[in-house]
Amino acid sequence: MSVEAPSILSTQSPARPSSNAAVIRIENLVVEYPGRGIGQRATTAVKDLNLEVYQGEVFGFLGPNGAGKTSTMQVLLGFQPPTRGAASIFGVDVRQPIARQRIGYLPEMTYYYKFLTSEELLRFYGRIFRIPRPELEVRIDSALKLVELEEARKRLIRTYSKGMQQRIGLAQALINNPDLLILDEPTSGLDPLGRMKVREIIQRLRSEGKTVLFSSHELGEVETVCDRIAIIHRGELQVLGRVADLVEEHQMDLERIFLKIIGYGMNHQREQRA
Amino acid sequence: MNRIRASISTIWAVSGIVIKELYRRKDFYVLFVVTAVITLMMASVNFFHEGKIVRYLKDICLLLIWISALVIAIATTARQLPAERESRTIFPLLAKPVTRGQVVVGKFLGCWLACGIALVVFYVFFGVICLAKQDHIGFWQYFQAIWLQWGMLAIVIGMVLLGSVVFSAPSANATICFVAVVSILILGSHLHKIAITEPEPLSVLLSSLYFLIPHLEWFYAVRDRLVFDQNLIPWVDCLLATLYAAAYVAIFLCGTWMLFRRRVLTT
Repeated sequence: MSVEAPSILSTQSPARPSSNAAVIRIENLVVEYPGRGIGQRATTAVKDLNLEVYQGEVFGFLGPNGAGKTSTMQVLLGFQPPTRGAASIFGVDVRQPIARQRIGYLPEMTYYYKFLTSEELLRFYGRIFRIPRPELEVRIDSALKLVELEEARKRLIRTYSKGMQQRIGLAQALINNPDLLILDEPTSGLDPLGRMKVREIIQRLRSEGKTVLFSSHELGEVETVCDRIAIIHRGELQVLGRVADLVEEHQMDLERIFLKIIGYGMNHQREQRA
Repeated sequence: MNRIRASISTIWAVSGIVIKELYRRKDFYVLFVVTAVITLMMASVNFFHEGKIVRYLKDICLLLIWISALVIAIATTARQLPAERESRTIFPLLAKPVTRGQVVVGKFLGCWLACGIALVVFYVFFGVICLAKQDHIGFWQYFQAIWLQWGMLAIVIGMVLLGSVVFSAPSANATICFVAVVSILILGSHLHKIAITEPEPLSVLLSSLYFLIPHLEWFYAVRDRLVFDQNLIPWVDCLLATLYAAAYVAIFLCGTWMLFRRRVLTT
């Protein structure tokens, strides 16, 4: 049964930070996946998405599973071309590899080369960014210190726990000192201490003027760290605005706003009536 | 110029990972130990005080080296791109300023260099065994043998890399490529002779196949030069064989790149 999700696209114009340079610009983005079988229709993952993320803000990109978040991120990272529309990072078309020079990306649940040690892994990624050797060694030291993996730096990644792998993922995302960090479920699989650490790192990056785009299902966390959020559902942008403004406007916490937008309340009521 | 330098740096970085993987895995060591043990066992046997035993020993040792090198090349290459996708290491890699073409070339170069290192280790062992049994070894003969075998491995690696974007399972790719390589080595030079005796359209098909396949058996002929202490292959022939290998590598890499760049990678 399809339920019409109430569109509560924020009525106010989304507040933006004082530094108004758009780091990410998405214009009329459409992402379609061709049908796998003969006669099968193409699936539209993202429909006419327009979005801007400004310099120095922590932006939460939310939506239920299958909403189109990952497809949007894949376009931003150049993993797949947009079907229609355009996306740019720092004014460079995302299809150009150079657009990724100033990005740090932490994928959800990724395993790194298990036959490498963490410092070898960071050295490898550092070489891709062509960071000079002496500077790279300094950055490796500080990244490993930041994610508290200094003692395990000479151990093969195959011996790491899940939390340690997530932390080395964060370190590799920071090795090029990125101006934009894209984090896909950064706290997934982490214990409370690990989550707190990730939150601290995000806040620290914000204080350094970095831009962070992150997707998460942990709405409490989003409420704590994000300046602005976008909620996407069935490929369409439903809400875009400041967290504080949305909470005030709807007189409910972010979790309830989220559930309302994805039509959970209506679904639930219909089920109860039935 | 700067872009070219950046591209080369990226390709080197990717290839370095492949080389590290080879020496941290057990495959190479196992194959080397098996080759060494079999060769040393054969060397310790003295059949009827036969003076020509060194030829048989060289023949067996080189055969083992060829088999081991093929196994290392095919097994290492077949898992490269599928493993990147399966373990999702491709995502943080492509989220950096890296093109898919650079990944393909880096993987090829890494596998080829790794096989080159393995070949040198095998041939050093072979040289030691030969020196223990005869009073001299021809340096340039050894150089030609290693170079041409390495050239042949480049074609095989290119073929397997292409197979890794065509076939979904690395094991299927490795098996198909191994069968194809062995078939070419055994039947490659006979295809056009068979074609003459066959009716149409089989004759045309076999003839076309003869001209399409990379003739790996031409490179295999260098082995006999070492076994029978024959003269050096003319250097011009070596150069032509190198260009022949380079042409096939270019074709395979272009094919791999064209397929890989269109592949949708879903996280």
